[in-house]
Amino acid sequence: MKHKSLKLALLGTTLMATTAYAEDVTLTIESWRNDDLTLWQDQIIPAFEAQHPGIKIDFTPSAPAEYNAVLNSKLDAGSAGDLITCRPFDASLALYDAGHLTDLSGVDAMSNFSDVAKSAWQTDDGAVTFCVPMASVIHGFIYNKDAFAELGIEVPTTEDEFFAALDKIREDGNYIPMAMGTNDQWEAATMGYNNIGPNYWKGEEGRQALIAGEQKLTDEAWTAPYATLARWGEYLGDGYEAQTYPDSQNIFTLGRAAIYPAGSWEISGFNTQADFEMGAFKPPVRNAGDTCYISDHTDIGIGMNAATEHPEAAETFLTWVASPEFAEIFGNALPGFFPLSNTPVELQDPLAKEIVGWRDECESTIRSTYQILSRGTPNLENETWGASVAAIKGAKSPEDLGAELQEGLASWYAPHQ
Amino acid sequence: MNRPRFRWHIVVFLAPAVLVYTAVMIFPLFNTLRLALFTEVDQTRVFVGLQNFRTLFFDPIWSEQFWNALGNNFWFFLIHMLVQNPIGIALAALLSHPRLRFAALYRSAIFIPTILSFVIVGFAWKLILSPIWGIAPSMLDAIGLKSLFAPWLGKEEYALTTLALISVWQFVGIPMMLIYAALLTIPEEILEAGEIDGITGASAFWKIKLPLILPSIGIISILTFVGNFNAFDLIYASQGALAGPDFSTDILGTFMYRTFFGFQLQLGDPHMGSAIAGAMFAIILVGVCIYLFGIQTRMRRYQL
Repeated sequence: MKHKSLKLALLGTTLMATTAYAEDVTLTIESWRNDDLTLWQDQIIPAFEAQHPGIKIDFTPSAPAEYNAVLNSKLDAGSAGDLITCRPFDASLALYDAGHLTDLSGVDAMSNFSDVAKSAWQTDDGAVTFCVPMASVIHGFIYNKDAFAELGIEVPTTEDEFFAALDKIREDGNYIPMAMGTNDQWEAATMGYNNIGPNYWKGEEGRQALIAGEQKLTDEAWTAPYATLARWGEYLGDGYEAQTYPDSQNIFTLGRAAIYPAGSWEISGFNTQADFEMGAFKPPVRNAGDTCYISDHTDIGIGMNAATEHPEAAETFLTWVASPEFAEIFGNALPGFFPLSNTPVELQDPLAKEIVGWRDECESTIRSTYQILSRGTPNLENETWGASVAAIKGAKSPEDLGAELQEGLASWYAPHQ
Repeated sequence: MNRPRFRWHIVVFLAPAVLVYTAVMIFPLFNTLRLALFTEVDQTRVFVGLQNFRTLFFDPIWSEQFWNALGNNFWFFLIHMLVQNPIGIALAALLSHPRLRFAALYRSAIFIPTILSFVIVGFAWKLILSPIWGIAPSMLDAIGLKSLFAPWLGKEEYALTTLALISVWQFVGIPMMLIYAALLTIPEEILEAGEIDGITGASAFWKIKLPLILPSIGIISILTFVGNFNAFDLIYASQGALAGPDFSTDILGTFMYRTFFGFQLQLGDPHMGSAIAGAMFAIILVGVCIYLFGIQTRMRRYQL
């Protein structure tokens, strides 16, 4: 008797489990944002699942540096998730060309985005859009407000004021003037060169001219940022050559450094780590009164794996991602990732609000190396990492760096030949 | 006359190992070599013969990276040969000394790093040597040598040597164990016979033990060679796929990984990656052949 009831109970649970399995569709998301795991699990996924019973979402991120390699292998092996978080430009374009991403141009919700927002996930002719734009990140500098108040430093707006402030912090000696290392290399290019650069090459104007071949990397507009970076070296902490990205983050949030060359994605992490008040200032302009340019980089989108078994469910999710509701949740859950949707989103976080406000004062552009120019070998983005590090260390002159990069670009890019 | 029966059990017993080895080693190896002869044009794979190798060796952009990685690899190997193996032999000689106390303890302590994962070793040493949180600067400071400290892993001129020494620290246990085992097999009678002829102490090591362990040293050298030219993990774990600073720690393994799987905005190119893997295979094959036919056959063996 006892055995029989146990058997029945087991049978019952098995049946229930199978029916539940048959009804629910589980969509797996591939992403490199492992920092956001809890936000997805606690806020974004429950909000979606509450409205769409029957669709379960599984967010499975991998390490940022390995994401592209891992994703490509998974897609080739047919084991990738249903939804793919899209890197901007060529990495995703290559996935679309290889037939791994579905054409989303027909999805109604795409009309919620401007052409600029969509440009990072379109074919070169703009005919096909294959990822829903999620967010952009803005570059600038985050500073320790307490340290600035203590030393009586005003927020710098021009380069002269910027270096005067750095000098003052260094003279005082209590703070490392600026927290950045060159060990991981990418910060030097991303938070260095592409952070301050747009003020030199006048944002979109220079970037488009470079793509068209009208400007060269040996031009003053493209080498002068290296000359400025060369002056940064003396303000970075002792042993900055071996300082890693997490080291820099920790130095700043522990209150040991006054200024942090940043991307807005740092905000949520810094909010939980730092116990002092933080402010932000945009990349200082060369002369007072110049138009300011900021790097407002389309950074993250999401698309559908062409091999998914649940295209309808995936489209439902993508439509929701394109809605103002998602923008509101995402923008506030991840302060520093600014939604790209046309509907303005009210942000709660003061630091995020300050940074997104620069969009009204300055001209926006994206990182110079991302569109088209990093398609060949040598890869311009990777070369720029090395060049920016060499500039900061003072290992090579700005003119030599410009000449090297130009030679590399011209070796494969027709408009520069 | 009945012919000797075919011994089926040999085939049956060999089959599992042969099948597994073929599936996970031999097939991938040849498939990689095959892949190196193709390239991709507009999403279709095209046969190009040796074009990829021509690009790798003669195109200025590729060849510069290749020779840089190969040169770094030789330097990595040289440090192991000059530091790891002599230290390993010296440690083994000390450990095999009959009157050494706590020999088992030393043996285990020196061997333990070998079983640690590369990720742990890379991360731990990165922290030890960190100019910000590391204990290396404060330890040097304590003995008044702070001025000798430099952010070694971040300087082009030191980074590769530092990593090679970290790898030596991790693997010095292997030559030590192999030599130790070889030293134990030397019969007492030979040493006693030498003693009667007046060869004792250090000269017993140089004149009797060393010639007898030379074959083991040869094996260790070739193991070091193969291990070093296949190395990847430590560099990747501590310096990343770009093998910074400025490619000064780039070895063939990281160069292959970066090319094959892509990195950041650089898209993966399995065909060029396979060409590099093919070149690595050839280098290792040549090295092993030189050893097998050039050195091992000429080495004198003594009947013990």
